[in-house]
Amino acid sequence: MSVPVLEARNLVRDYHIGGGLFGGSRVVHAVKGVSFSVGKGKTLAVVGESGCGKSTLARIVTMIDAPTAGELLIDGEKVDIARHGLTKALRRKVQIVFQNPYGSLNPRQKIGDVLAEPLLLNTGMKAPERRGRAMEMLKKVGLGAEHFNRYPHMFSGGQRQRIAIARALMVNPSLLVLDEPVSALDLSVQAQILNLLADLQDEFGLTYIFISHDLSVVRYIADDVMVMYFGEVVEYGPREEVFANPRHSYTRTLFAATPKSDVESIRARLAKKAALVGA
Amino acid sequence: MTEIASPVPPKTGNLRWAALREFWRYFSVNKGAVIGLWVFVVTVLIAIFAPVLAPHSAEQVFSKSILVPPVWQQGGSSMFILGTDAVGRDILSRLIHGARFSLAIGLVVVTIAMISGVTLGVIAGYFRGWVDAAIMRVMDIILAFPSLLLALVLVSILGKGLFNAMLAIALVLQPHFARLARAAVMSEKTREYVTSAKVAGAGHIRLMLVTILPNCLGPLIVQATLSFSNAILEAAALGFLGLGAQPPTPEWGTMLSGARDLITRAWWVVTMPGLAILVTVLAINLVGDGLRDALDPKLKRS
Repeated sequence: MSVPVLEARNLVRDYHIGGGLFGGSRVVHAVKGVSFSVGKGKTLAVVGESGCGKSTLARIVTMIDAPTAGELLIDGEKVDIARHGLTKALRRKVQIVFQNPYGSLNPRQKIGDVLAEPLLLNTGMKAPERRGRAMEMLKKVGLGAEHFNRYPHMFSGGQRQRIAIARALMVNPSLLVLDEPVSALDLSVQAQILNLLADLQDEFGLTYIFISHDLSVVRYIADDVMVMYFGEVVEYGPREEVFANPRHSYTRTLFAATPKSDVESIRARLAKKAALVGA
Repeated sequence: MTEIASPVPPKTGNLRWAALREFWRYFSVNKGAVIGLWVFVVTVLIAIFAPVLAPHSAEQVFSKSILVPPVWQQGGSSMFILGTDAVGRDILSRLIHGARFSLAIGLVVVTIAMISGVTLGVIAGYFRGWVDAAIMRVMDIILAFPSLLLALVLVSILGKGLFNAMLAIALVLQPHFARLARAAVMSEKTREYVTSAKVAGAGHIRLMLVTILPNCLGPLIVQATLSFSNAILEAAALGFLGLGAQPPTPEWGTMLSGARDLITRAWWVVTMPGLAILVTVLAINLVGDGLRDALDPKLKRS
């Protein structure tokens, strides 16, 4: 395989809590030595319960926060925002889509401006060209030209998530971090967004880091799966391997906790219930 | 697609209009606020058309008619509807011209206070840390003084005069803006759209002014209206103490102070400017309260 789009070596992130007037500060290890790599066009799913460091990892990869220790390589290039800051070229390579579609759009910005803003900030394009690009992207994510001049509050959750995805793609990133992009949406809309993401991945050759707690979604979209537990990686491998043969006990617990909704398991469950009642 | 798109794409103008209509629906629930708004509009019109409306010039002295009572009292003259003062100037004309000063004071003070206060507050709330501590402690110190006392001290340092009085009042009112702005920025800064803008490449200045600030304007607008009346009141107080506008400027507070020995002999000379201040300040306060209710999403019904 050629140079991976993203490579992380031993990423560590500590948070210092407290340290006020009374009581000493304590250190929370949110991410403890995480290593992984993702190749071009692949999807790495990061799975784990809430509070296990998934979102912290997302913020490090998106270069919003700097890791406390460890190395982050993007396209084989070492990134150190704590020391050297961040160049525009690097900023354009990684974009993020957040979980909550209601909080991630500025309520006072029209959709057209939301989409054109990354171009305004990162390129020297003139206004008409920016509008054109924004319009194009709007259509690509399944919205229409009539949505261009509307405000975010006029859209449903699914539509907003489409807008958030469109914004992230405006600067042609190579890596897209998806921080639970469908968790706040209902099931039918989830499927639409996942299909959209899959289409866009094919079209632009995007690499995804897909953060989720929903294993059925992960099974659908991931190439590789990484399971995190209290800031550590407990399981990391190709999807089939992880799902077929989970090695760590936490992964097994996690799989067992997923509600099964296929017809067979529902029948089995009903049969079990009937047997209990009959006895 | 299951998402429902409205059949007719509304234009931006319609949107603004609809937003305004919705605002008016919430605002007009409060009858006091509507009355206050009308009174305020009338005051503004009076101030704008003062030379046309006033029967006489503000400084014209009628030496033959000193302390003429209002028209409805015995000895009143229809030439001077609200009577004349101790020098023989028409009180109504002076009040009408004085409206210009009062509104100008409110406007200038609120503008200065809002610009400086919001700037400091946004910087404090955005950067936090020692910048925040430094700015907010200075604001706390300003707030620790009784406002009129501090304004007095400042005016005595800067020197008498209307403009210095306005500067002093602006400085006294500015911490309220700073605090509000800081609190609003702090809560908005953690929202995801701010992080999104940051990831899109927005710098500090853009994040502060373009992304965050427009979302913090609601409480600041309310504070601005309430400060407007506060500024008029404090300017009148400073004028009354002889430190604001200097006679013969027809500023309402200065008019009050010039007439205070006449309070037993000629009630109208004191009462009329006092009433003018009362009505204007009350009207603006009512508007401010109404705005607060209308703009507060927590109080929104339906």
